This record gives sequence, C-alpha cells and structure tokens, in this order.
Amino acid sequence: MTNGGGDGLVVDAEVRRGSFTLAVSLAAAPGQVLGLLGPNGAGKSTLLSAVAGLTPVSAGRITLAGHVLDDAGTGAFVEPSGRPVGFVFQNYRLFPHLTVAENVAFSPRARGQGRRAARAAASGWLGRLGLAGLAGRKPSQLSGGQAQRVALARALAGEPALLLLDEPLSALDAGTRLDVQSELKRHLADFTGPCLLVTHDPLEALVLADQLIVLEGGRIVQEGTPAHIARQPGTEYVAKLVGLNLYAGRADGSRVALSGGGDFVIPDHGRRGDVLVAVRPSAVVVSSQRPRPSSARNTWQARVTGLTLLADRVRLDLDGQPPAVVDVTPAAVAELSLHSGSQVWLTTKATDLEVYPPTDHRAG
Amino acid sequence: MVTFTAPTRLTARGRARRAARGGASRSVPAPLLVPALIAVGFLVLPLAGLLVRAPWRHLGAALSGTDATQALILSLWTATVTTAISLVIGVPLAWVLARTTFPGQRLLRALVTLPLVLPPVVGGVALLLAFSRVGLVGRYLDDWFGLTIPFTPIAVVMAETFVAMPFLIVTVEGALRSANQGFEEAAATLGARRMTVFRRVTVPLIAPSLGAGAVLCWARALGEFGATITFAGSFPGQTETMPIAVYYALETDPDAAIALSLVLLLVSVVVLVSLRDHWLRGGSL
Repeated sequence: MTNGGGDGLVVDAEVRRGSFTLAVSLAAAPGQVLGLLGPNGAGKSTLLSAVAGLTPVSAGRITLAGHVLDDAGTGAFVEPSGRPVGFVFQNYRLFPHLTVAENVAFSPRARGQGRRAARAAASGWLGRLGLAGLAGRKPSQLSGGQAQRVALARALAGEPALLLLDEPLSALDAGTRLDVQSELKRHLADFTGPCLLVTHDPLEALVLADQLIVLEGGRIVQEGTPAHIARQPGTEYVAKLVGLNLYAGRADGSRVALSGGGDFVIPDHGRRGDVLVAVRPSAVVVSSQRPRPSSARNTWQARVTGLTLLADRVRLDLDGQPPAVVDVTPAAVAELSLHSGSQVWLTTKATDLEVYPPTDHRAG
Repeated sequence: MVTFTAPTRLTARGRARRAARGGASRSVPAPLLVPALIAVGFLVLPLAGLLVRAPWRHLGAALSGTDATQALILSLWTATVTTAISLVIGVPLAWVLARTTFPGQRLLRALVTLPLVLPPVVGGVALLLAFSRVGLVGRYLDDWFGLTIPFTPIAVVMAETFVAMPFLIVTVEGALRSANQGFEEAAATLGARRMTVFRRVTVPLIAPSLGAGAVLCWARALGEFGATITFAGSFPGQTETMPIAVYYALETDPDAAIALSLVLLLVSVVVLVSLRDHWLRGGSL
C-alpha cells in the first residue's frame, strides 16, 4: 500500500494520552537526523512511541517511505513487530538474561532468520561497533558507554528503515558522554534511513541533528537547522537552552517596545509588528555609573538578583526593564563590588541585538 | 525540677550494636514478649513432639511397608504431574489475567483464586458433582468414552490441580504485573511477535517467580487431603496419597504414620528453604 508523501518518515497526527495531547506534523528525509528538542513532558517520547507503534495515533497518520504505519482515519495499523524500526531506548532496555551477542542477534532472529544467520549478522554488527570483545558478556557487566553501543547495535541489526533514539546519551556520565557522542555521530552518518533523535540536551541536539524540531506542551513551537535555532530561539525555553536573553516586543520604526516593559532602539532592522529580540549574555556591558548616552547603544538600569560562577566567568541575574542574564569576568565582579542587590547600568550595542519575527507554528 | 534516671548497664556488644544500627533500646516489653513466646511454643512444640516420637531406629522399615511406599510413590508422581499441568495451563491463564483486559476479568480472577481460601473438601464435593458418573460433565465422559474419573489416580491429579494450581497462577500473575514491560516493548520493536516475546523475554525474566510458583504448587499438591479423599477416595496404591495414608496409619501403624509425617515435614523444610528469597524476606507472595 503506497501513498504519496515522500520517501522518508511523514507524521501528521495527534496522540492523546489521558489529558495530554500531542499534535505534530513533521517529515524526516532518508539520511536525515531530525532532532526533537523539548522540556520533560513535551511529548517527545510519546512521538517516538507512536512512530514505533507502541502508542496508536488518535487522529491523522504516520507513513514511512509511502507505506502506511498507522492511520486513524482508515483504521490501518501495523503492529510494532511489523514496523521496520530500530528503537534505542533511554535506558537501553537490554535483555538482562541474554548475552551481548544474543541481544544483538535478537532482532534478526525475531524477523525470521535462522539461528546461524542471526548469529553471523550479530557478530558483524558487534565488529562494526567495536564490541566484538564483549560478545559473551551480560548487560549487567557493561559500562554505560558500552551498553549504549550494544543498544545501537541491537537496533541496527534488524536492518531497520528508520531509527529512533530516545535520549541516547542521558544515561551516561559527563566524561564518557562526549566520546560516545562523536562515535554516535559517525554511526548515524552511516545510517541511510531517516532518524528521529529525542533529547533535552541542546548540545546533543546541535552536534547530532541535521534539522531540529522544538516541542513544547505537545506542539511544535519551532523548527529549523540547529544553527538557526541557536541564533534565533523562538521561545523562552529554547533561549534558555542556548543561553540567550530573549524578549518579545512590538517594532515601530527603530524602536521596539518590549512586552515585559522597557524598550530597545535598534536602527535599520526593517521589521514591523511583533518581533523577537535575542542578545548574548556576553554582549551586555555592566557599569556602576550611568554611561554616556549614544544612539547606537541601549542603556538601562537593573538590580543584581543572583551571581553564579561558571568556569571563567560569573553569570549575573539582573532584574530591570527588561530583565537580563549577563556574563562578566570575576575581576569585574570585584572591581564593581557587585553583590546581590547592587544597582547597575546595562549597555548593549544595537548591532548585538538580533531582531526576527516570532515563529508561528500551529500544528495540524 | 529535672529528674535523672539511674543508669543501667549497657555492654560493649550492646553499644556496638546500637552504634551500628542506630535506634534506642531493643529490649522487648513483657506484655509483648510473653504472648510471643507462647506463640512460638504453640508452633514449635508439636513439631518437636513429632521429632521426639519418631521411630528413628527403624525408620526405613516403617517407610518400606507396602502401603507407605505406595503412598509415597503415588504422592510424588501425582504432585509432579499436577505441577506440570499447572505450568502448561496455569501460566497462560496468569498471562491472560496480567496482560489483557476484558469484561468480567475481575470476576474471573476471583473465581480462579477462590480455591486458595475454599475448604478443600468443598472442592472435592464440587469435583464429584461435576465429574461423577451422573455429574454435569462426567455423564458425557461416561456415555461417550466410557470414562469414569472419580476414585482413580486421574481424580487424584484433578483434585490436586484444583487446589494447587491457583498458587502458581497467583505467584506468576504477580510476577508478570511487576515485571518491567519495557523489555517486552523493546522486543516488539525488534520484530518479535507476542508469542516470541512471551517465550524469549517474558518467561526468562520471570523465571525465578515461575520456579517459586511451581515449588509452591508442588508442595501444596503433595499435602492435599480434603479434596483428594472426597473426590478420589483412599484406595491403597490407587488413590491413597501420603497425607491420607498418614491419617489411616495413625490408627493401625503409628510408626509408619510418624515416618510418613517426617517425610512430609522434610519436604516442607526443603520447600521453605528454596522459597526463602520469595517468602521470608518480604513476608508476602
């Protein structure tokens, strides 16, 4: 049963789980890694679960390479075992009673290969992922990074047409995460089908994904390339993730009135109506005296409400109109004798303010 | 006005224990200690009596009397067949109860577990009414196949299964409910159909509970008395199982009765030891 809609994964569906509704419309092309970024409870895992067939859609449809996997309209539904999908679960879910080799051979065997062929396929994948030496181990005898690779090998051994990764690195400690991440990136590059990668770690999304979708409260709130989303976050959540100050406002000529109070003067941005303004914490200058006014600069007063030491700089939380997060050097904290409650002046150059229209996403 | 309590003695061992475990005094107040000791005596003294009165010198002779040997052999094989049957039909039922939903499921679960609390003799009467030559089902078995069940070894197995299988079902259903279904989901995404998932993932993961349930079932079948004597009678070599043999031997040959009781006691101890992880730790099934 073929149908138009591209040769990749096409999801245009609603999934209801209790009072939660996920409503998304997305497409992932073969060879593309589509990152799903969002806070807990945004519906990322529900989406993977629907694509894998573990949760049926309540409206709409899911197709893969033109084949219907689930269609609430016609009632068509392919059982999870019948979908050519490889799923790497958050905590890997390696079968504890089987060895690494048996885990990896599970899918070829379940999909109809003989014992010998399945074992041969498994040992091929173990070799490719550098796991040959671990074939006889039980999952309980693996390190986090090894278990992650075994989970990937097990998912790939079924020769899936689609790969689903649910927070593949979240169970790892920070030290091994980077190694496993770059390795995972290589293996994802070898995979020819579409890949959905769920994460709430922005770095992971930026490194691994070709295209990003931001989910919040069951809706897509922004989509684009990782670079685009990192530069022009569409929501407070994304702005926080990528470490930017984000303000919503209304542009009228060069003046932008911010909806939270305060305004910026930004010449030549050429937009009217609702806009978003983003500024890097390091692009804001803190001074104890009022700086001399200038047309190319925005200056406003604020009060320090928090100080956090981040490696080589100090992050200031500032309450003002508008509020801001600003990075300064530890030396500056000492020179300006900053403490919680200090009154300071903030300055930012108009050229450091990124102005763009709000993303308007209505799923469905 | 502050009153000081006079110190009592706390030994070095007592100090070490309190330091390690924390908490205050571990001494037991008399109103709790005395009833507790009575309870212990009540439970332990009869067993001690059995051990004291046992004919240790000629235990072998007492057990090798034909009746005793026959009862022993009959009990062992019927309990084993009962366990096998319970595994074959009880585990699937436990799976259905744990993994599916359908109307009347609660009622079905209640019916299935009823034999756990039903007086076994009532079970025996029910089996008799169903399978006797004039019973609900037994009538047709007799008419069509000339098959008469009551008072045969088949009846022994049926009575034991009726009483013992629920122990297996309840244990396995509980294990299935508490098992991590994430593994079954993972197996499904790897292409395994439900039966493959059951065989290759579900059953291996609940193997310890499956073993415990089987042991429990076997032990219960071995000790079955009420339903068996009602439905199968007590023909030596045919339907007289160990508990029934003990009951009759007590009048005619007390030594044999005690010897057989010892065997059953030994089996119970072995069962308890093998189930210790399941039973003695949490205190529940």
